[in-house]
Amino acid sequence: MFRYTSGSLIREIGVWILAIVFLLPFYFLITMALKPDAEVYTTSSLALPVNPTFNNFSSLFVASGQSNILLGLMNSIIITAGSIFGLIILGSLTGYVIARSTRRWGKATYYLFLIAIVLPAQLGAVPLYIGARTIGLTGSVWGMIFLYTGMLLPLAIFLYAGFLRGLGTEYEEAASIDGASRWQVFFRIVFPLLAPATGTVAILCGLIVWNDFFTALIFLGGSANQTLPVSMYYFIGSLVSKWNVIFAIVIVSMIPILAFYLFAQKRFIQGFAGGLKG
Amino acid sequence: MHSDTEANTVAGPHHRTPGPDRKTRSRRSRGVVGFGHWWWALPGVLVVLAIHYVATGVGGFFAFTNWTGIGSFQLVGLANFQKILGDPSKILALGNTLFLAFGSVVIVNIIGLAIALALNRTLKSRYILRVLFFMPVVLSPLAVSYIWKFIFDFNGPINAILKSAGLESWQKSWLGDPTFAIWAVLIVIVWQQTGFAMVIYLAGLAGVPTEVEEAAAIDGTTLWQRFWHVTLPAIRPAVAISTTLGIVNGLRVFDQIMALTNGGPAGATETLATQVYKQAFSLANFGYGAALALILSAIILVFAVIQQRVTRGTES
Repeated sequence: MFRYTSGSLIREIGVWILAIVFLLPFYFLITMALKPDAEVYTTSSLALPVNPTFNNFSSLFVASGQSNILLGLMNSIIITAGSIFGLIILGSLTGYVIARSTRRWGKATYYLFLIAIVLPAQLGAVPLYIGARTIGLTGSVWGMIFLYTGMLLPLAIFLYAGFLRGLGTEYEEAASIDGASRWQVFFRIVFPLLAPATGTVAILCGLIVWNDFFTALIFLGGSANQTLPVSMYYFIGSLVSKWNVIFAIVIVSMIPILAFYLFAQKRFIQGFAGGLKG
Repeated sequence: MHSDTEANTVAGPHHRTPGPDRKTRSRRSRGVVGFGHWWWALPGVLVVLAIHYVATGVGGFFAFTNWTGIGSFQLVGLANFQKILGDPSKILALGNTLFLAFGSVVIVNIIGLAIALALNRTLKSRYILRVLFFMPVVLSPLAVSYIWKFIFDFNGPINAILKSAGLESWQKSWLGDPTFAIWAVLIVIVWQQTGFAMVIYLAGLAGVPTEVEEAAAIDGTTLWQRFWHVTLPAIRPAVAISTTLGIVNGLRVFDQIMALTNGGPAGATETLATQVYKQAFSLANFGYGAALALILSAIILVFAVIQQRVTRGTES
């Protein structure tokens, strides 16, 4: 049953044609980014570049101020890494206590986090901005790490708690009988066992933080510590139809995440599918 | 790089061990929290209370004030909401929000499910195809929107294709066209989200036993009957998750609008999320922006509650 037949071959060819059409935007992206200024308007937008050049890319690295792409890249990396670190530490500890709790408040706390997942960020954004501005967290990398950790913590806890409920307590019991303290049980036994959940948390939350534009625009807009999407937004806003330069920026902004995706695509796809069902 | 374990891991949460640990745990941990101290959860709880609950609550309060972000403010009751309901541009933004959310969900899920069915088994290149279709999902919506802004540009590929097909009269500045602009935004969302729906459906399809489908095939059912009566009922949870996430995300559309049209032409592509941003942060109408955010939040919460009902219904 369900073997590879001639029908499957036709289906395979059909899906590949669909995939090629689906990926056409990347063709425009790459060819346009390689065109020198003179070709942007004179040649057809479908044509390959006649004199391909990397000048559009090198011109990015001298841009400064609000449009500093390199600084944006660095800020994005620091903020994403810091938020993932905070989410893993706080998420695993909180998720652990909640999942292992035998008291009624353990369940109540779980619902506290569950409801927080669906609370829309827009309504809290105004007071958060004012609060952050009052205590000087706007425009700062540390403020963003703190904010993102708090904003995504419910999702991290949800993933950790879901994973822990499927994990028996035998290892923890054995370790505590052997005389391990509670901290030792958690960091030496439980945390290593949580590795698959940690991977899912890092990928799902890391992607959300890396791509976030709304929060970063509000809290970092106009400051020196912008993330990549915000720098890109300001940079492109200052250009007029210089599509070759715009696409060079877009490619620079895509390379880190695409490289990471192609390197770990299986984990990405599993993380999305598994994390959402959990 | 690719292997069949993907399907197994993906189906993981189905066979979660119910755990005989429950009884032993409650017996040996009277008065303590299993193996951890309750205060380990305290930082997490406090941060979430502050950032989610207090902030949302205060935001809800601002919706009934005329605060501008600085200085004093007055409680104005429902004045902000009356102003919103009396403003055709806000009604348009609400309509656009709902159009984008529901339009994208319907199209994304039909295409995503179709691709998932095509790639579920037998095809030799199914793993590489899955990787390709999922690729746009990981990219930032902002970057994706700039690519499409060029595609819809007057000097862009769509018009170039029309020209080479001899259809010069059809050429136009697509994003500058009040009727088409919102459809352009919809196309961008669909392009980016389809791979996401595909993966959720592939996870759902991995849980459908091949034997059942084979038995139905042997009984002489057509492909369509098999899909309608065997496959679709089996993946109902995946449908519920995919559609709800799509609606909730669709209601928040912001990045794409800011990059593609900035709400234009003449407000034709404004959504509630872009209006919240513009009113609260660009125009410093904090109270009015909060009222818009409250309406958006209420709509999102209504759909989140419906989702809870639907998923619970399919599990029992």
